[in-house]
Amino acid sequence: MIPKAMKDQLGKHIAASEHPREQAVDVMYALQAHYGYLSDEAVFEAAELLGMTPLEIEELATFYDFIYRKPVGRYVIHVCDSTTCWMFGHESVVDYLAGRLGVMAGETTADGLFTLLPVCCVGYCDHAPVMLINGKPYGDLTPESIDEILEALRTRQPDVEEVK
Amino acid sequence: MGRERFILIDRAEDQPLTPDEYRRTGGYQGLEKALRQYSPGEVTKMVLDSGLRGHGGAGFPTGRKWSFLKDGAPYPRYIVANTDEMEPGTFKDRVLLSVNPHTVIEGMVIAAYANSAEKGYFFVRPSYEQITLTFEKALEEARSAGLVGQNVLGTDFSFDITVHRSAGRYICGEAKGLIHALEGKRPHPNIEGHLTDGGLWGQPTIVNNAETLAYVPHILRNGAEWFRNLGRHEKAPGVKIYSVSGRVNHPGAFELPFGTPLGEIIDEHAGGMQAGCEFKASLTGGASTRYLTRKHLGVSMDFDSVEELGPTFHLGTGAIVVFDHKTCLVAATLNMMHFFARESCGWCTPCREGLPYMEDLLRRIENGEGREEFIPVLREMCGHMSKAYCAFAAGAAASVIGLLEDFIDEVHEHISLKKCPFEHRVRDNWPLKTSSAENQKP
Repeated sequence: MIPKAMKDQLGKHIAASEHPREQAVDVMYALQAHYGYLSDEAVFEAAELLGMTPLEIEELATFYDFIYRKPVGRYVIHVCDSTTCWMFGHESVVDYLAGRLGVMAGETTADGLFTLLPVCCVGYCDHAPVMLINGKPYGDLTPESIDEILEALRTRQPDVEEVK
Repeated sequence: MGRERFILIDRAEDQPLTPDEYRRTGGYQGLEKALRQYSPGEVTKMVLDSGLRGHGGAGFPTGRKWSFLKDGAPYPRYIVANTDEMEPGTFKDRVLLSVNPHTVIEGMVIAAYANSAEKGYFFVRPSYEQITLTFEKALEEARSAGLVGQNVLGTDFSFDITVHRSAGRYICGEAKGLIHALEGKRPHPNIEGHLTDGGLWGQPTIVNNAETLAYVPHILRNGAEWFRNLGRHEKAPGVKIYSVSGRVNHPGAFELPFGTPLGEIIDEHAGGMQAGCEFKASLTGGASTRYLTRKHLGVSMDFDSVEELGPTFHLGTGAIVVFDHKTCLVAATLNMMHFFARESCGWCTPCREGLPYMEDLLRRIENGEGREEFIPVLREMCGHMSKAYCAFAAGAAASVIGLLEDFIDEVHEHISLKKCPFEHRVRDNWPLKTSSAENQKP
């Protein structure tokens, strides 16, 4: 269950808006940040907060690619696989990451740090090939730069907001 | 480049114009003028006369879209700045909003005044969190300067803007899908009729692309005639931000006179082709547009000139993705079809069922398992795509039509050789030899 303070805050946010449903994506993001993913419990809590049915939340949650209905790692790596990144070898980037992390696309590393996913064009085509990590873009990827990025994340202390 | 630029100011993407800097470029003068000198109808007339068209890809005349709003239409009315920008190859709105957020805000306020809207939404995709933060900061600055909010510039016109962070999916950039997304519904684009008659919560709504809105303040400040004359010729009024990526030396977003020829954009602005690469084809507006070929290098890159090439040619977003002679266009088309098959919202049958089928046929051809009879089937499927509910599926068919019209020999070659004549070159394209330390951004 989410803490009461968080529930109250979300409730206030929803009440302030003319159409509560408008806040559905924000609420899903908030619950996802709390649980690490949008758990079944989170779906029911979102439904209650927004005055929607759990099915209506499920319908949204499964539509959006930045809402996760299954557990993901602390760092979600989205590798762009659209036209320009494809041209600059996104397949090799995915292979390289898969090899370095020891996972296939769609899987999470055993230490719970990284999840590897494909994503469509992220709008940084001038820096292809590109990946997002927790939404932050990293462009002009090379094997060396990928190693550096992964190493920095592995050795980094979790930010305060990342501590559950 | 010595040429004056209006909305795309030359500076680093993490250094947006401050309000003072924006004012020094003439910022917020257009809004002053609109509110103090013109009626809402006169503003719409001016935008109509300027020839401004929708830069999100459809190219619909902006002034006409606004004039669909009937006198006496109910309140509240809404304005939406569409910054979903998910067309592959397109990144112009990202660069624009990174450097010049105030011009989009000013454009939204003027659009709201012209349409008597009291509320606006800035709809933005998740991978643009950085520009969302930049926009929110600029919005706060505009609010505290009295440019957004209650009684804008001390007049009796009030308008405020809400930022909506989306959670992905290409279809949210389609105006009607976007409306459902804002309403917290599954973003299917199934709304009957014009959004000006019934859009957000059934109320009159105008959805404009961020780049389109960015030009509005300049039209108000300098006049419709001035804007028209910025283009290269009569049919191409104004300017355009072209996003250039692919096998060029300097990929980037370039604000140029509308109607600049394709070859000139590539050679003079994007630094020409990379060493060892010959131009083979380019998209004009991301994955939803047909390939242009070598014979099209002189084509003026504006809505009308590209459409004059044939019934399935469209400029789209002006996202020029350049392919070289070593790139397999069957594989490129397959990549785009994979994108569309995955991004289809699934609401209507031709799109949901047709695109994976087309993807499968293309994949078999690329893998050397193709047969000649796949070609007429693909052609027929392209025709069916225009029967889908929204423009998504027809756009998805564009690259296939282009492949079958202009590069059919390449398709035949895959079939007769029973393999891709380009081997798996794409995998060999990484890591890029040209990348250097200074390139390590963003």
